[in-house]
Amino acid sequence: MKMELIQPFINSADAVLAQSLGSDTQIGDVSMEEEVYRRKGVAAMVTISGDIEGRVIFDMDSATAARVAAYLAGGDAEGSSELVSETVCELANMVVGSAVTSLNDQGVHFKISPPELHTAEQGLGGTEDTEALVMCFHTRNGDLYMNIAMRYNRRRRSEPSLLQV
Amino acid sequence: MQYDSLVRTDNGQPVRCLIVDDSIFARKNLAKLLQSFGCAVAGEASDGCAALEQYDRLLPDLVLMDITMPQLEGIEAAERLVRHHPDARVVMVSSVGCQENIIAALQRGARHFVHKPVKPEVLYEVIRYVLADAIASPVTPEHVQ
Repeated sequence: MKMELIQPFINSADAVLAQSLGSDTQIGDVSMEEEVYRRKGVAAMVTISGDIEGRVIFDMDSATAARVAAYLAGGDAEGSSELVSETVCELANMVVGSAVTSLNDQGVHFKISPPELHTAEQGLGGTEDTEALVMCFHTRNGDLYMNIAMRYNRRRRSEPSLLQV
Repeated sequence: MQYDSLVRTDNGQPVRCLIVDDSIFARKNLAKLLQSFGCAVAGEASDGCAALEQYDRLLPDLVLMDITMPQLEGIEAAERLVRHHPDARVVMVSSVGCQENIIAALQRGARHFVHKPVKPEVLYEVIRYVLADAIASPVTPEHVQ
């Protein structure tokens, strides 16, 4: 996992969550996962292709997702499950999109897919090329998790001076 | 924050907007913002193809268009829209705000670009700028980033 790929996602999540949820966030546990991913509740996945390939999963337990959706809907506590899912997808979209903006402006070019609700119990397993980094963000609405697994595609692998995490 | 209502100078009616985004959540939030600006939501579409059909039918004053969408993405949709309706005013609203995308969107017919998460005051000023010749309280370019 390359730190220069990960940092924009951390910065982006921090900024987007703070702006969207109206309060500062704190980064909690950070861990590398090499085993298959098990979602914690409502999860949205964005896949990435281009100079970088991989995926980002944005995940939170159901109660946190409901609180976040209610907050973002302006205090509407009766959000449907569809709206809750859509809220998590849109948060993922904004976080990944903002990170993409930063990386694109640094000369790394890739595209993202529209976010999809991640309903499987297992995600991509880690490999020696794509270990997943899992970060927890503490917010006043609960803990949100970002699970990132990505790598440079083969075209760029030979490029020098890449920092290893 | 209170905003002066955005109304057309020719008929005094609220500015009519078409919202194009594949996320129900994003559409709902944009609709709320537009209503707080005194605009009317003429319609919603969840992808570029639906947006083209809706535009032909509704002829809105303004289109707010996401970029990353299934079937037909936003920049391509904006280009097709402006090709058929040269007066169409399209504002891209996307989290993917890299210069490459912004330039592509502007070159292909969009009038402006707003980053997600959307700041209400920014969207308001952009709408006033893009509709400067059609509304009662336009904004001048120096007010818009």
